[in-house]
Amino acid sequence: MIIDQHISQRIDELRPQFPTEQALLLPLLHEIQAKEGWISKEAMKEAASFLHLPVARVEEVVSFYTMYNRKPVGKQHVQICTNIACYLRGADHLLQCLEKRLGIHEGETTADGKYTLTAVECLAACGTAPVVQVNNDYHENLDEKSLNQLMDRLDKELLDG
Amino acid sequence: MAEVLLTRHNGAKDSHTLAFYKSVGGYAALDQALNMAPDAVIDEVKKSNLRGRGGAGFPTGMKWSFMPKNPVDAQGNPKPKYLVCNADEGEPGTFKDRLLLTQHPHMLIEGMVIAAHAIGASQGYIYVRGEFYHEIQILNAAIKEARAAGILGKSVRGRSWKFDIEVYRGAGAYICGEETALLSSLEGRRGEPRLKPPFPAQVGAFGMPSCVNNVETFCAVPTIIKDGAAKFAAIGTERSGGTRLFCVSGHVVKPGVYELPINMNLKDLIAHCGGVPGGRSVKAVIPGGASAPMLRADEIDVAMDFDSLAKAGTMAGSGGVIVIDDQTCIVEAAARLLKFYEHESCGQCSQCREGSHWLARMFNRIEAGQGTTEDLDKIAQICGNMAGQTICAFADAVTGPALSTIRKFRAEFEEHVRLGRCPSKPEHYVRPHDHHASARL
Repeated sequence: MIIDQHISQRIDELRPQFPTEQALLLPLLHEIQAKEGWISKEAMKEAASFLHLPVARVEEVVSFYTMYNRKPVGKQHVQICTNIACYLRGADHLLQCLEKRLGIHEGETTADGKYTLTAVECLAACGTAPVVQVNNDYHENLDEKSLNQLMDRLDKELLDG
Repeated sequence: MAEVLLTRHNGAKDSHTLAFYKSVGGYAALDQALNMAPDAVIDEVKKSNLRGRGGAGFPTGMKWSFMPKNPVDAQGNPKPKYLVCNADEGEPGTFKDRLLLTQHPHMLIEGMVIAAHAIGASQGYIYVRGEFYHEIQILNAAIKEARAAGILGKSVRGRSWKFDIEVYRGAGAYICGEETALLSSLEGRRGEPRLKPPFPAQVGAFGMPSCVNNVETFCAVPTIIKDGAAKFAAIGTERSGGTRLFCVSGHVVKPGVYELPINMNLKDLIAHCGGVPGGRSVKAVIPGGASAPMLRADEIDVAMDFDSLAKAGTMAGSGGVIVIDDQTCIVEAAARLLKFYEHESCGQCSQCREGSHWLARMFNRIEAGQGTTEDLDKIAQICGNMAGQTICAFADAVTGPALSTIRKFRAEFEEHVRLGRCPSKPEHYVRPHDHHASARL
């Protein structure tokens, strides 16, 4: 079971504040992704049955939103903004550095499953561009040096488990 | 400089806590508002000339007055009314919500409770973009404090009125910043905009009357009630009152959020942020978020309020000011903007779905030196088939950067066509973010 007691309890807490079951779908998918790292077909089926929705309803929602991963991602999901404000402050160069360092292209995951690198659109932190989001955390005002320091830290975190 | 109304306590220790907010006079406006009739609150907001800070600049008091007084369903049962806060910040160049959510969450809550009193709502939702994980934690902690203090919940301030707020986390879709798309998303659906009419005041969240306002709009409400509409209206212009949180990014020495009179001069604002670094000069400015048509350096001596910028052929939008220096290739910058819209079109209307895709490809092609002069004219034609033809304003937004860059910097586009490459880059330059560029041409 992907939707365990913890998840179902979290959703039960939200239920009184919403007049429909479907409104709980986005929160439920966030909970599933927090646990699994991505949203599998199996998870979609479970979510549909949990909220009494057709599976297609769940699939169309999962496919609409970019934050729901439809395939597994690395332990560290490195998302770099390359949109206008970050672009003006050197994001393209940072993306190149990341690709070189990780040995993958944007959109790929390293063979060891440690890193996924994604170029994303605006992260709404343009005043501290360029910005990289790793899992839930923003890292701002980056340049090549601070980016490498960040990546060293992430490497170490992975080593320490 | 004029008075700072919303962000006076920026950077103060624990500014996000209830204790701090109360210590600086927070929630006094709520008690004042609760002693006023709902219509009197709406009147006060009308008099303040507060206009929506999300982008459209619609008068806030008027929006509230559209909410039906005692709506009933077909069986005559009263319908619930919903108050929704749009914190789905995503317009490139805009980054004020983060500051308000993390440093002043109680100001937002207070503004929402006052608004809920004015329109008679029983439930509020704050729709926050999904990436703001930590911001949501802070906001939820503030809501919890407000519940414990009797500011939210079954009996607001001891009255027989229930109002509570729930945070709803988005999942990565720019279009959900459009208010009807936001409502679709809040219902757990794809974030697809809806036809208006019916407007959300009639048929909004879950089919019920709903009012959607931006974070900064709500945050302006407590100061309007507490210090009076006249004081707020005295700042700005006759049709647009108050201060505004300008988000300045790109090529300035000190990027950041600056609270200044809403009719601040754009040129002065850039100087206020330290000007362009490295002794370079301004080439172009996007004055109101990515969707606002660009201004050339000779057009930036302009006031930033909604009407003045509209008169200048652009828009005040979300208050996101993106400064572009003279070393930047405008064609590449435009291609980058168009790539955003291609990625973010929800795909519901064919004009927008196909048009934003074609535009992105064409700008990309021109930037890569493979465009033709006909492309430049075709872009205008495509834009003409998009603007005003779709359910929401997204398609119009796409045409802002597309048309303004070609019209104002046509020589740069033609130079790319003539040379067969970008003049500002080495001959065999490959854009790092776009490995499939050749396939996409």
